[in-house]
Amino acid sequence: MLEIRNLTASIDGNQILKGINLTVNKGEVHAIMGPNGSGKSTLAKVLAGHPAYEVTGGEVIYDGKNLLEMSPDVRAREGVFMAFQYPVEVPGVSNSQFLRLAYNEKQKHLGEEELDPLEFKDLLKEKAALVEMDASFMTRSVNEGFSGGEKKRNEILQMAVLDPKLSVLDETDSGLDIDALRVVAEGVNKLHDPNKAVIVVTHYQRLLNYIVPDFVHVLSGGRIVKEGGKELALELEEKGYDWLKNENGKSAST
Amino acid sequence: MKTETAKADLYNSAFHELIEKVGGTEPSWLREIREQSFAQFERAGFPTVQQEEWKYTNVGSIAKTNFRPVTAANGTALSKGEALSPFTYEETRNSVFVFVNGIFRSDLSSVKSLAAITAIKLDQALKDPNHESVIRESLQRRTPDNENGFALLNTALFAGGLFIRIPRGVEIETPIQLQFISETIKGETAAAAFPRIVIVAEANSAATIIESYAASDNESSYFTNAIVDLVLEDGARLRHYKVQREGLRAAHIATTRVDVGSRAVYDTTTINLGAALSRHDIKVTMDHEGASCSVDGLYMVDGNQHTDTHSVIDHRQPHCSSHQLYKGILDGKSRAVFNGKVFVRHGAQQTDARQTNKNLLLSNDAQVDTKPQLEIYADDVKCTHGAAIGQIDEDMMFYLESRGINPALAKNMLTYGFAEEVIEKIQIESIKRELDEAVLNRLQAEWKG
Repeated sequence: MLEIRNLTASIDGNQILKGINLTVNKGEVHAIMGPNGSGKSTLAKVLAGHPAYEVTGGEVIYDGKNLLEMSPDVRAREGVFMAFQYPVEVPGVSNSQFLRLAYNEKQKHLGEEELDPLEFKDLLKEKAALVEMDASFMTRSVNEGFSGGEKKRNEILQMAVLDPKLSVLDETDSGLDIDALRVVAEGVNKLHDPNKAVIVVTHYQRLLNYIVPDFVHVLSGGRIVKEGGKELALELEEKGYDWLKNENGKSAST
Repeated sequence: MKTETAKADLYNSAFHELIEKVGGTEPSWLREIREQSFAQFERAGFPTVQQEEWKYTNVGSIAKTNFRPVTAANGTALSKGEALSPFTYEETRNSVFVFVNGIFRSDLSSVKSLAAITAIKLDQALKDPNHESVIRESLQRRTPDNENGFALLNTALFAGGLFIRIPRGVEIETPIQLQFISETIKGETAAAAFPRIVIVAEANSAATIIESYAASDNESSYFTNAIVDLVLEDGARLRHYKVQREGLRAAHIATTRVDVGSRAVYDTTTINLGAALSRHDIKVTMDHEGASCSVDGLYMVDGNQHTDTHSVIDHRQPHCSSHQLYKGILDGKSRAVFNGKVFVRHGAQQTDARQTNKNLLLSNDAQVDTKPQLEIYADDVKCTHGAAIGQIDEDMMFYLESRGINPALAKNMLTYGFAEEVIEKIQIESIKRELDEAVLNRLQAEWKG
């Protein structure tokens, strides 16, 4: 589904990604772990098409197409979704308007049926239940005045509504208490199926107790320095990221 | 110089004709005010950019044009029913006073729902001693020395205005619309209209006023020069919407003056969408304890439009509060001016005054001059003010785009979101809808469900 080959990217002239290779197949859950500043959030943002990052080399093939040639909105309509580490507040635009518009834009793109406000309300109600979100959040402005946990739940609600093929969760666990973490993770798990793939970007192993990865990739200094199964996350948790430095020498320095 | 003379002659002859016509019937105090005002106008003329209050707004185009002052009703192609429906709101079907080129037309008005209030032509009201004293008080409070050229000219030339009195303790549910329509007859010189309204809300009364401006032909050029005076007696509550949708070649100059009584509440929202050049002077005076007001507005301009709001909120007594939120959306090469003065006079303790002006620039060629000013002469007060000018937020843009929304639509949504804070305060559904459409149609995108 996703093939990242020798991807390099920079922001403000600073090279952050220094040659990433990663293959993600349908039905798989991948975890990208790494210390602060290793480039894992950059990778997520580059996949979503954040304009601040410049891709300086390599390629990304998504569903047989060149992902890097698509604008962010086209990527989304093609089924790529990134849950933001810091979801943005959008004053004056209600959550339900926003979600319906995004949903209909995608439907239109795929040549499928668009929903009017009443029909959409039913869909939204069903999806909101997945992340245990109260109806009152739908009439409020997008993320405005939401707590950290509510914002993250709202991200997963958007994921549920847009039904992406490839979801990239950027530090979705940060700022969540244990109950919210469980709700968010269960939401992600319920949405997952053999035709979809998930990339979980996280600093801590904690989220991976709930969203169990098939593969773990450890990023350091803009490169993948270690790969393994879910047991690698546990090992990292136990030994800390310093362990990698010792194993890989200078290349793992951040 | 020739055009200058010709222009002066048009106002001059209109003034003398009017004095001759109404001189015998109008009270002598009014005639004095008119004469003083016109003399002062002839001396000072229209304001220039050399004057601090007009620094950013050049009204030379008005001064140079030979407008034909309208001081009496003339023929109109408008008729009741279908022809008027674009100008009236669903909520005011039976409560609309229609004015054509500033002159009240009872034949076009529909006021079935307004039996509880007094609404009569100003010249008629002046013949009733009971009303005359109220109008006199309102008009004599302004001295010609302090007025700008536009207000002076209106006072000299107004005719066909309306007097509205909401009786003590009466609460009017139905909104009262004052619809000013500019109508240009083909082949005629562009008209100058001088709408003049005096509204008195007696003690503990409540009402909603919609003051709206539009043209029968959006392409014609004309000049509206309006004054609306409002008095809120003790405990009165008045909501006042001013909706300016003049034609895009028009000049719209308006003065709103409000006196708020003790414990009275004045809430106003001004919407500026139309006119090539518009200027609104609004002054709210709180000279009685416990008065409060909210003075909000939204201006949205594009192309070469220029809009200017000068607001004065005057706290003269203790325990008064004022909240002001003005937002501006500018595209193209448009320009906006916001000048908001808040005075807290000596002894006006326990004043609560908040003022905000925020502007959204959608193009690099648009320009805003904003100047919030707070002058405080009391020591026990709570006052804040601020101004901001910004562009569409890039993080918000990316957030919306990352959900599959195309950039044009995302920009439109964010523009709407910016305006929403003002729109949501409006309590008349039709005006809200009108604004929703005005904001959204900027990019012809329908998204609001």
